[in-house]
Amino acid sequence: MRKLAVDVVVIGGGSTGAGVVRDVAMRGYSTVLLDRADLGQGTTGRFHGLLHSGGRYVVSDPLSATECAQENAILSRIQASAIETTGGYFVTGPDDDPAFADKFLEGAAKTGVPAREISVAEALRNEPRLNPRILRAIEVEDGSVDGWQLVWGAANSAKAYGAQILTYHKVTRIDTADGHVTAVHATDLKAGEDVVIDCTFVLNCAGPWAGQIAGMAGAHPVDVVPGRGIMIAMNHRLVNRVINRCIYPADGDILVPVHTVSIIGTTDVKVDDPDDLKIEHSEVQEMLDAGEVIIPGFRKARALHAWAGARPLIKDKRVSSSDTRHMSRGMAVIDHTERDGLDGMLTIGGGKLTTYRLMAEHIVDAMCDKLGEKRACRTADEALPGSESGKNYVVTHRLEDREHDRLDDQIICECELMSRKMFTDALANQPKGTFDDLRRQLRLGMGPCQGGFCSTRATGIALDSDHIDIERATGLLRLFLKNRWIGLWPILYGEQVRQTALDNWIFQGTLDVEHLPAPESEVAL
Amino acid sequence: MSDAIKPGLEFAGHELARATLDACVKCTICETMCPVSAVTPLFSGPKFVGPQAERFRNGESVDHSLDYCSSCGTCTLVCPQGVEIAELNSQARAVMKAQHMPLRDRLIGETVLMGKAMTPVAPLAKAALHNKPVRALMEAVVKVHRDAPMPPPQTQTFAGWWAKRPKPAKTPTRGVLVFFHGCAGGYFEVETSKRSVEVLEYLGYEVVVPRQGCCGLAQQSNGLFDQATASVLKLCDDLRAAGKDLTIISSSGSCTGMLKHEAHEIMGVTDEKLKDVGTRIRDIMEFLLDLHEAGELPTDFRPIEMTVPYHAPCQLKSQGMGMPAVEVLRLIPGLTVVESGAVCCGIAGTYGLKKEKYEIAQAVGRPLFEMVKRTNPDLAVCDTETCRWQISQSSGVPTEHPIFMVHRAYGLS
Repeated sequence: MRKLAVDVVVIGGGSTGAGVVRDVAMRGYSTVLLDRADLGQGTTGRFHGLLHSGGRYVVSDPLSATECAQENAILSRIQASAIETTGGYFVTGPDDDPAFADKFLEGAAKTGVPAREISVAEALRNEPRLNPRILRAIEVEDGSVDGWQLVWGAANSAKAYGAQILTYHKVTRIDTADGHVTAVHATDLKAGEDVVIDCTFVLNCAGPWAGQIAGMAGAHPVDVVPGRGIMIAMNHRLVNRVINRCIYPADGDILVPVHTVSIIGTTDVKVDDPDDLKIEHSEVQEMLDAGEVIIPGFRKARALHAWAGARPLIKDKRVSSSDTRHMSRGMAVIDHTERDGLDGMLTIGGGKLTTYRLMAEHIVDAMCDKLGEKRACRTADEALPGSESGKNYVVTHRLEDREHDRLDDQIICECELMSRKMFTDALANQPKGTFDDLRRQLRLGMGPCQGGFCSTRATGIALDSDHIDIERATGLLRLFLKNRWIGLWPILYGEQVRQTALDNWIFQGTLDVEHLPAPESEVAL
Repeated sequence: MSDAIKPGLEFAGHELARATLDACVKCTICETMCPVSAVTPLFSGPKFVGPQAERFRNGESVDHSLDYCSSCGTCTLVCPQGVEIAELNSQARAVMKAQHMPLRDRLIGETVLMGKAMTPVAPLAKAALHNKPVRALMEAVVKVHRDAPMPPPQTQTFAGWWAKRPKPAKTPTRGVLVFFHGCAGGYFEVETSKRSVEVLEYLGYEVVVPRQGCCGLAQQSNGLFDQATASVLKLCDDLRAAGKDLTIISSSGSCTGMLKHEAHEIMGVTDEKLKDVGTRIRDIMEFLLDLHEAGELPTDFRPIEMTVPYHAPCQLKSQGMGMPAVEVLRLIPGLTVVESGAVCCGIAGTYGLKKEKYEIAQAVGRPLFEMVKRTNPDLAVCDTETCRWQISQSSGVPTEHPIFMVHRAYGLS
């Protein structure tokens, strides 16, 4: 058993937890972040890629709108390398109420969300695939963001301030004594070792799993209502700006260009278990229909992958519990002192990725209050590691990089232009990582062929690197393919079927991956 | 907000070509057939530059090595999934050139100007183009390689010959055809144009030759889409002025390809004029084969006891009509036509002239040059002008258009 002692344990390695651990570390506390899996593997990695301008909430949720507008500007500056300032349009579809745009402009003015109506002709000139029958168009400052880079950026910043980031550490118990949290127990899943961390404070940032964590400390049940949303990535950028429908927030009304793909989403269905997120056939169809309203011919474009995420919404009695979309997106900090007679723990829920930094500021402010200390938040002022230049991400970056090293390096993932060096560097940093762990940082296997060509190359190189043995290599390949399949099944139609058939012939017909020598039990992490 | 210039997105054809990248399954067939990436690592290959890189393009051109693509079009031809690979590459090149255009590439597209300048001073031009110090100077100033093949200047243009020649004695029996000679056929390959017209007249057609300009192909392949579009539409006007619904015949294989499909597929020209001309134009060998298949081609050919190598140019292959020259020439008794089997001669229009690409173009063409020399050191046959110049220059074997053989076999020469 390993023993550690810190001031603050942060539970949850999504955007909230990463933002919190950075803030805590920057305020001078010793801290550890724990996650049962990789960073950004839960809700943060399964979202839309949208950095809100605030436009979406100008009518339905004005406070969120203002917060989004302010945080958008801050993040675009301090996390420039994770964010593309694409800009966005709110467009009135042919059958949408054109009067909503007036409410929208009025709301935008009141909430401080930059917005400007432009002519339909200008919108169509800039986005030629857009439905030519749209009635109105409003330009906003939406952007797109790589959730994993955002989280890793915050985690690396925290590390630079002395924080420890422990991924694949599953919290098993929270000790209390005299109504105060004293320690957190976790299991290091990769090493199979128990870890006990003495602490004075726990910040519960487990998102949809926050209720389960609070329960471990003996708190009354926290009603986090996981709202499942599905998203579908399309093969290339059908648009180069975020396109929103100018309507009261609904399903499938946003198309976001992120990296090389465009992502349509999303749905919102209340679920009981955030670990059991199904992608219903009907929801896929609903997304494709919604896509047709924005881009005629959307159904004929190639879909690559679908996924589902769970929103960590805090239950709000004002609306029916089966309708999570209309709950407050505003963040809520739950104070366990008053509620449960438990000191040394705060739980945060709600909010959204765009406001992750602000959420962290609120909960760490609340913690400082509890501790009776005055330590100012500085997270908005300092660029994160990798973003010091202030240059925002653009989609041409990797093409430009490969242009420079094309004669010296090999390309492993052709679809996402990942070089051999990118892969071997990431593997050296994370020798125990799965290919999915590396994928989240490198986009390995996230393009059109979905691992068909790159996964065997990656496996061979990983084996050559001496970090893994042959049995683990085979196991990692199979695990990677299995996980790719989860997102392929729901969208197997059109062009992606041909790709999947070819991939299947490669793996089943030529390589016979199912019958390769493998360890007794399959590799799971 | 990103309001950077996005010229690539302004081409009407781009959205369509881009949509075809959805069909790419990464099978790599295009890469295995690309003649350029087979001989140099400088070009990243058609799959990379086409459907893969396209997903990363928006705004500024960052992958300038795409200019090592010769635009031969082999990738599009061999793609079993229907991806418009060469078209995507050409469009990306146009974006790049709009942002970074070398003077040489602007000059090299001025084919009419070259012809007009050289014809009156043909012997001088010929001497200059074979003069080492002059070519060294050209290489230094405009970056055209000193050993690259150059158009052969002629003392008379086709138009000059056409205006002055005695009218044919035979009364036409088969109707009227419009002849399109192209810039090369007008200024440099005058003999090919003459013999084409003579064969058509021998077959009983009345041939009309309207005043005509350039198809813009050289501008298009150098990424100058605006100029090329203006040129091709002007040419459509010229050809349409000769008469409604008439079949247009050309012995300029690559210009024919420009009118048939490239102007539309690469530059997105959707004008009805182009559609009209594009559907009426026939390559002369294609036309002769059509006649033969309809039982209307006299085959009382004189025997020609000879074995000749034949090379089908890339821009002919991409017209999707097979190799009509091979089928027509095989009707001539005694003549054995050996198809080269080579993907490309390397020149690809103006590609192989350029200083930085000359060696690549030579390497691409080497197997063809060897095959030609082995098969017949005295004569080779090929349908397009620049390919013929490349083959003659690099193999030392005189190379002529297939219509020469037909002309001979009919006893016209």
